[in-house]
Amino acid sequence: MTLIVNILVGLGVALFGFALQTSIGGINRRVVARLQKRVGPKWYQEFIDIFKLLSKRSVSHGWIFDFGVIMALGGIIATAMFMPLTSSFSAFGTYDNFFIFVYLLAVGMLGMAMSASGSGNPWASIGVMRALTTMLAYEVPFMIVVLTIIKLSGSSSLTQIQLFQQAAGHNWFLIALPIGGIVGFLALMGMLGKKPFETYIAPGEIASGPMVEYGGKQLGMLFIMHEITVFIEVSLFVHLFLGGATNIFIFLIKYFLVYTFANLISNVNGRFKIDQVVKFFYKWPLLAAVVQAVIAIYFGWVI
Amino acid sequence: MSKEEIDRKWYEIGDFFRRNSLWLLMYCTGCCAIELPPAMTSAYDMERLGMGPMATPRQADILLVSGYLSLKTLRRLIYTYEQMSEPKYVVALGSCPINGGIYHDSHAVINQLDQYIPVDVYVAGCMPNTESVMNGFVDLMDQIKHKKAVGWKKYHENHDWYKANQIQSLGEIDVHDEFHE
Repeated sequence: MTLIVNILVGLGVALFGFALQTSIGGINRRVVARLQKRVGPKWYQEFIDIFKLLSKRSVSHGWIFDFGVIMALGGIIATAMFMPLTSSFSAFGTYDNFFIFVYLLAVGMLGMAMSASGSGNPWASIGVMRALTTMLAYEVPFMIVVLTIIKLSGSSSLTQIQLFQQAAGHNWFLIALPIGGIVGFLALMGMLGKKPFETYIAPGEIASGPMVEYGGKQLGMLFIMHEITVFIEVSLFVHLFLGGATNIFIFLIKYFLVYTFANLISNVNGRFKIDQVVKFFYKWPLLAAVVQAVIAIYFGWVI
Repeated sequence: MSKEEIDRKWYEIGDFFRRNSLWLLMYCTGCCAIELPPAMTSAYDMERLGMGPMATPRQADILLVSGYLSLKTLRRLIYTYEQMSEPKYVVALGSCPINGGIYHDSHAVINQLDQYIPVDVYVAGCMPNTESVMNGFVDLMDQIKHKKAVGWKKYHENHDWYKANQIQSLGEIDVHDEFHE
């Protein structure tokens, strides 16, 4: 009985994440518009876009194509169900280990990769290849920093990491591990597909990459999946580096600031080529992450 | 309420979403394409109406034909139009798609786009200024609201007539060459 309640609460968290990220995405389109001296769309524009896509007719390219979209959306919703919103609220209690998100996020990504390859379009294959390459690039420095955090806080549970940062005498890990915080933010930009690392979307170059053959309902489902993915990734950053949140309003403020900051950086940058992305992540962030781990673990210099 | 009334209500709700989120596929063949940068950037800011450019035909709602169409580009335009997901709309800029414009006597340029694919909104002028381009998009929104933007239905109903016109001009619509296999 409690399991059913937990699952319902988890679905509520996923729905909340979708509504939150879609609203904040719309607000961010206005912010970017102001950056470019424009007015910008309505704040609920992204909801209109998604519902419009769901109202259109669409073609299928075979059952792999359709099934992959459903697998991507389902995998991402399953991941979002485990996300704790504050340090005291989590749908599945203690099952909020960091590695759950690492493994379950891959289900959604692989579903999308499978579906895009099933469309048979060469741009989609190039886009999927680039997405997986980018993933390989940013995950190495990010994992080193997160393992340092897990070593310092003595737990890999997101709630425990939040409580560790909120305890007296400890700082947020963004302040305690400043180099690691910068690496984490760069990895977040890579995860979100923001502009220096936007290589796998690249609308003008490979015609929006994996999404090239999607239209109508499938594209609408992919948009929903994308919003929930962004919710998971930004929440991970808030919980790991920014001390989590004691109540939902602090969570909303931190979430909004992190996402807006990433978006502002994105909109004043050009786009890397794929080899530049890999070289960049394997050069500076990886080096900085290793240096931070050595400093924090062997020398114990933590602010 | 009967089933037809419920269906109509749903379609009206869908029309609200469709007219507030029109995504463009810009098929820029002629000089009218130069009117689109000011329409998109800070001068006229298309995005406040919910419009924006899209990368591929599958994702787009509007096929924006800007300028003259030679026989070679017309063939690609028909491929593109048939790939788009329905409901889809066509906006034609400039006088070339209406009557051929300054290319009316060219052997390689078609004169009336309406003979080959259905056009919902024409923006006349050689070239139209950006205000009239924006006005054309607002007109299209009005047409969607009053259920007059039915070009994609006409294409289904009069499919044989459109195909006959296409074949008369192009000879063969699907070209078998190394780029299309």
